[in-house]
Amino acid sequence: MMETISLNALQIYWWLLVSVIGALFVFMTFVQGGQTLLYTLGKTEAERDLIINSLGRKWELTFTSLVMFGGALFAAFPLFYAVSFGGAYYLWMSILFCFIIQAVSYEYRKKPNNFFGTYFYERLLFINGSVGIFLLGIALGTLYSGGNFIVNEMNLSHWTKTSYGLEALLVPFNIAFGFMLVFLSRMQGSLYLYNHLDNKALEQRTLYTLKQNTMMFFPLFLYVMGSMLFQIGYSYDEHTSIVHTESMKLLHNFMQYPQLAVILVLGIVILLFGIYSALFKLNRRAIWFSGLGTILTFTLLLFILGINHTIYYPSLADLQSSLSIKNSSGSYYTLFIMSIVSLLVPIVIGYIFFVWRAMDKKKMTIEEIKSDSHHY
Amino acid sequence: MEHTDLLIDWSRAQFALTALYHWLFVPLTLGLTFIIAIMETIYVKTEDIWWKQTTQFWMTILAINFAIGLATGIIMEFEFGTNWSNYSWIVGDIFGAPLAIEGLMAFFMESTFFAMMFFGWEKVSKKMHLLSTWFVAIGSNLSALWILVANGWMQHPIGMTFNPNTARNEMHNFSEVFFNPMAVNKFLHTISSGYVLASVFVIGVSAWYLIKRRDIMFAKRSIIVAASFGLISSFYMLISGDESAFEVAQKQPMKLAAMEGLYKGEERAGIIAIGILNKEKKIGDKNKTFLFSFEIPNALSFLGYHSLNAFVPGIEDLIYGNKEHNLISVSQKMKEGQIAVNALTLYKKFKKEGNVSKAKEALRTFRAHEHYLGYGYLKTPKDAVPNVALTFYSFHTMVGLGTWFLILFILVLYFAMINEIENKRWILYLALWSIPLAYVAQECGWIVAEVGRQPWAIQDLLPVGMAASNIASNSVMVTFWLFTILFTGLLIAEVKIMLTQIKIGPEAH
Ligand code: HDD
Ligand code: HEM
Ligand code: HEM
Repeated sequence: MMETISLNALQIYWWLLVSVIGALFVFMTFVQGGQTLLYTLGKTEAERDLIINSLGRKWELTFTSLVMFGGALFAAFPLFYAVSFGGAYYLWMSILFCFIIQAVSYEYRKKPNNFFGTYFYERLLFINGSVGIFLLGIALGTLYSGGNFIVNEMNLSHWTKTSYGLEALLVPFNIAFGFMLVFLSRMQGSLYLYNHLDNKALEQRTLYTLKQNTMMFFPLFLYVMGSMLFQIGYSYDEHTSIVHTESMKLLHNFMQYPQLAVILVLGIVILLFGIYSALFKLNRRAIWFSGLGTILTFTLLLFILGINHTIYYPSLADLQSSLSIKNSSGSYYTLFIMSIVSLLVPIVIGYIFFVWRAMDKKKMTIEEIKSDSHHY
Repeated sequence: MEHTDLLIDWSRAQFALTALYHWLFVPLTLGLTFIIAIMETIYVKTEDIWWKQTTQFWMTILAINFAIGLATGIIMEFEFGTNWSNYSWIVGDIFGAPLAIEGLMAFFMESTFFAMMFFGWEKVSKKMHLLSTWFVAIGSNLSALWILVANGWMQHPIGMTFNPNTARNEMHNFSEVFFNPMAVNKFLHTISSGYVLASVFVIGVSAWYLIKRRDIMFAKRSIIVAASFGLISSFYMLISGDESAFEVAQKQPMKLAAMEGLYKGEERAGIIAIGILNKEKKIGDKNKTFLFSFEIPNALSFLGYHSLNAFVPGIEDLIYGNKEHNLISVSQKMKEGQIAVNALTLYKKFKKEGNVSKAKEALRTFRAHEHYLGYGYLKTPKDAVPNVALTFYSFHTMVGLGTWFLILFILVLYFAMINEIENKRWILYLALWSIPLAYVAQECGWIVAEVGRQPWAIQDLLPVGMAASNIASNSVMVTFWLFTILFTGLLIAEVKIMLTQIKIGPEAH
């Protein structure tokens, strides 16, 4: 079997997996979005406790998705791992700091004698949800807009700007991408809480924040999509591997693979339908639609960068150093072994789904938290 | 690509700092999850509500520890990229796989069932709940497995070949990587040492209740479970520790020599049970190694080679070579390494120019000398020696404490069995004060393993000097201090919260 699969197929398979995990993570950032809405939604302490405990059932999954996204990139595209993490050092480190502070905040927020006080941990959660997601958006944006790196003939790399990645904060596209993710996470956060809580007052407010953030999200989303499809583009020559710019490259990719375009449009439609069904039909399950829509949309937007001789990480310092799935992947053997391991993915998704179902059968109330032996 | 020494030092300092912090929390999780699972199993079997309370109390402690374990863990994974990016490319083909598998197999299991374990008491059946507790325990130990496969490979790289076209190592045999004897021993020794730490922790906290004469019943029960678990684990830890030393002797003789402060190789070498190193001693001079020492004859030969008479090479034999015992000097290895480095550069050049025959020839030269490729990047032979004092004292502290914990478990278990434990206050105090010692032993173990491996990031293959990212040392210095402040703040919060929970006690559950 090993001989019948080509290296190219394995690279595409792994790019697809990375895209799916990345998109799953984008969906799971509803936890972060919810964190930023803590004070907007929760007017009393009991309400805030309710929100925190509701999000607290899920935050570890989001966190683990991020770790998994990193791990999959490391295993499948080690050159990207080396070039981007080692070069855009300040950017990635800032992101990591925003996530370190999340991990303790749920657990320590309400514990007696917690050194910093409840409010401090709530601020940390806000920073994680806002700055953390914004910076992650910046980092993801650089996949389209590029980074300042040079890769030498031994495949060792260095960054050409001493701001080590922070310069990406000045690029309008990246900024729009960052804010887009922030508002998306707040939309999803609203929808999640709308689904998960049994509390009249919060119900109304979540619908309100959903509406508000949707209005912020869509213009940004259109701008980002527009830039992706009509401006940016880099590709490489199949035979010589020479990299050149090609405007509207992503649009060309979608035109060459219309089935992918269909899935993308479908994703956006499902996302819209989710929002519509919450706002106008008061459908509590709307998050399932918006979630599926988000996952499809972002999977496609990432996946399209990997196929059809496209560059997925252009270098602004030296065009020829740019990364494609072809020149940055692990060896055939490693990709193959990892593909076998990836057969575990359905099992993992299966038990996550099972546990989620078992835990969320009943909507959460303030009374429930009070009577629980363990709560945040 | 050359790095400045300052950059390397800051990068090493940062990795050491974050790893040592991470390791403050991981061993307790590794062991406590099992202790909790055992307690809950007793609860489900006996339906005794007391056991449920006991289980829930230790779960609260676990949660506090777990949160900060995650916080310090995420940074470790990404640091391979941020601070050791050359390394990530050169060995990422092998090293990345276990890390990704860890995420998929272990972390998801841990984090998913964690939620059920904490919040599912009223939501799922007793059996399902117990199962989720066991899954958390298994998940956290699986995560140790994969990360230690990765670390074992750094100590003893096998299962790969160097690909001159991509200028990196590529995996060609996954089962060699997975069943690496170094990795297997590391795993067994590390998890058992985690069980020992968790047992000491539970016993120590329970002892405090007994000293305060409160929660007597709870404390005695916890002591019996933990001391039994600790005693079994101790034996396991000793055996696997001994096996680890055996592997180190075979695969990393320089580390073994540093662990024992052995400058001149000997047959029938002894182990220094206690010793104080002479600060004046330099490699190759005539000074005595120890100001004071107490030696167990033949023990090192036995530990390292399972034979009382075996020759154990010392630091000087390894540096200068030893004809009689077939040891090549480091300078010889460096020469070979430099030939390999040059041949690789030439190969790249000729290939680019399209000169096929010359490229072939350069490749042949490279293959003939690649065994010592890593040595080609060293500057002087003495670079090949790790910090002897740090390695020596850490090793001896760890072994000494390991012996003490064994004695402690036996004492505690004996007096708990004859129902006298609450009256033996001296044992209770010893148990309480052993908690910090267990942490000391843990950190010492890693210092032996990691400092003793220097200057190699990957043994004999990649020196740390080559492994780092190409960034300004200032940037790493900035993040080093940020980590120091942040982690220390979190640690203080963690300790305060935990102590408060212990004071509140199990009755509240
Ligand atoms: C409670 C902690 C603890 C205790 C009491 C011991 N160990 Fe240990 N030891 C560890 C905790 C540890 C560790 C932290 O888990 C290490 C670090 C790296 C590793 O694989 O395990 C370790 C490493 C380590 C190494 C280095 C392995 C390497 O470099 O790859 C050796 C040779 C030993 N141990 C041997 C022993 C012996 C002979 C002990 C006798 C009592 C002992 N250890 C007790
Ligand atoms: C002997 C070494 C190590 C062992 C046994 C180990 C084990 C563990 C365990 C049991 C956890 C669960 C959290 C906790 O209980 O504290 C954890 C968390 C974590 N560790 Fe380590 N770790 C080690 C070193 C490392 C290293 C070197 C890395 C970097 C690759 C790393 C990355 C992580 C990450 C990312 C998390 C958070 C995972 C999550 O989302 O659940 N660990 N580690
Ligand atoms: C969590 C327990 C661990 C502790 C306490 C620890 C400790 C240390 C220390 C003290 C150093 C600095 C050594 C020096 O530069 O002198 C170091 C370096 C390093 N360790 Fe570990 N280590 C741990 C686990 C691991 C694991 C599991 C891995 C790999 C999977 C790993 C990979 C590295 C790397 C890549 C470096 C930097 C390069 C080098 O100095 O060799 N460590 N570690």
